[in-house]
Amino acid sequence: MAFLEVKGLEAFYGHTQALHGLDFELEEGGITTILGANGAGKTTTLRSICGMVRINGSISFDGGALDGQATENIVRKGIAHVPEGRGTFVRVTTEENLRLGAYTVKNSKAIANGMERVYGYFPRLKERRNQQAGTLSGGEQQMLAVGRALMLQPRLMLLDEPSFGLAPLIVKELFEILHTINREEKVSMLLVEQNATLALNLADHAYLLETGRVVMSGTSDDIASDESVRQSYLGY
Amino acid sequence: MDQFLQQTLSGLANGAIYASLALAVVMIYQAIDHFNFAQGEMAMFSTFIAWQLIAWGAPYWVAFLVCLAISFIGGMAIERIIFAPIHDAPALSHVVVFIALTLIFNAMAGFTWEFTIKEFPSPFPAELPFKTTLIGPHELGIVGITLIMLGLIYVFFRFTPVGLAMRAAAASPDSALLVGISVKKMLGLGWGLAAAIGAVAGMMIAPVVFLEPNMMLGILLYGFAGAVVGGLTSPGGAVVGGFLMGVLENLAGAYVIGSELKLTFALVVIVTVLLFRPAGLFGRVVVQRV
Repeated sequence: MAFLEVKGLEAFYGHTQALHGLDFELEEGGITTILGANGAGKTTTLRSICGMVRINGSISFDGGALDGQATENIVRKGIAHVPEGRGTFVRVTTEENLRLGAYTVKNSKAIANGMERVYGYFPRLKERRNQQAGTLSGGEQQMLAVGRALMLQPRLMLLDEPSFGLAPLIVKELFEILHTINREEKVSMLLVEQNATLALNLADHAYLLETGRVVMSGTSDDIASDESVRQSYLGY
Repeated sequence: MDQFLQQTLSGLANGAIYASLALAVVMIYQAIDHFNFAQGEMAMFSTFIAWQLIAWGAPYWVAFLVCLAISFIGGMAIERIIFAPIHDAPALSHVVVFIALTLIFNAMAGFTWEFTIKEFPSPFPAELPFKTTLIGPHELGIVGITLIMLGLIYVFFRFTPVGLAMRAAAASPDSALLVGISVKKMLGLGWGLAAAIGAVAGMMIAPVVFLEPNMMLGILLYGFAGAVVGGLTSPGGAVVGGFLMGVLENLAGAYVIGSELKLTFALVVIVTVLLFRPAGLFGRVVVQRV
């Protein structure tokens, strides 16, 4: 059984169905990306895993069922969601944001270590540790979102368009750090992106989503070399 | 000059009560975006519970603490039973439920303990150890107890993980869930705390105004005024606003309008602030880049 296994996933906002029977899986330690245009259901897929939308179908993580559980309990299993819009706690400081990320970690030494690790990846956050987080730049807030997720000591990270609205240089830096985190901390990642080139470079597996359905899947290399994907998503 | 000082100091004592209620109202406002009109009646009911415990022979401070515990649990129960189910309901539904709660607590208190006024003991000595005509022992006690309580609350929210989690859950519930905070539990805790704060205010003011089911009406109005003056988004501001209202009430009563228009004064302040500075004195405008 795969580390994360999603079968027949349907998701609903009120009476509107957003996902129509999604199947996909993710291997432990791997990075899988979900590609697709606006409105394809990428964000909804991540929100489904975290129990933030009403769903049918089954989601299992490390052998246990996630569907039907409350969000805070899903999180406690080691799933850190870096949400769309970054989810910054704007009215508290950068450091308090990180402390909140470690809310489920009870060992204060582990929290201090985690904090040092995050500051190691993102020195900018250390400079701004006592600043109100709402005043950080977009790039810094995205770093903070990843840092906050790391504080949870996650086994799986769900990343919702981390490149959104950031300058290319910052995106490059951020994706390098994600790569390092995946390799060194053994954190599996499920990455949702509109920037397909970027995502396929980082991920080992990819799924292509169209209006709530998987239309193609395979290794990143296979997907990247596919003619139709190249034309519609990679733009060359 | 003596009269001015006297009015100001005893205004601070009333202000401490207003500050507590303002804080309780703001805490709930921050968590659910609604104004708890029933805060005063909840406090009154808590005070009756303490009165009953004392009538049964409990020492004052035992009754005080037990009353706090009961109020805390009661506040959590109100959230769980009444407000959690209507969480997504429109504002008017909330208003109706708040009014209903107000009437229910008022009627239940009248039904259980009757509408005749009762004396409520003061825990403080009848005379101060030093000589002064400026402030009475109970008034000084009110200020002292309130400051201790506010200090504890400040430390709780500022320095404990649970306090930080409560602030986070109130400000950004979705993000809070995603770091594993149970927003529901935090809401319950917030209601419990607000109810306990109100209980302290009720027990402190009851020796002054005498205990009866309608005792909190005017007091809550001043509490609201304090919350609005300080800013509904600022707990610290609400506390300052509460103290300010206490002093203003006394000074206006002594020098300007007399005592008949005291309640009108609170309403005039509320309307004026809402018209000219809706965020209040300390309501902060959050700076946020996207």
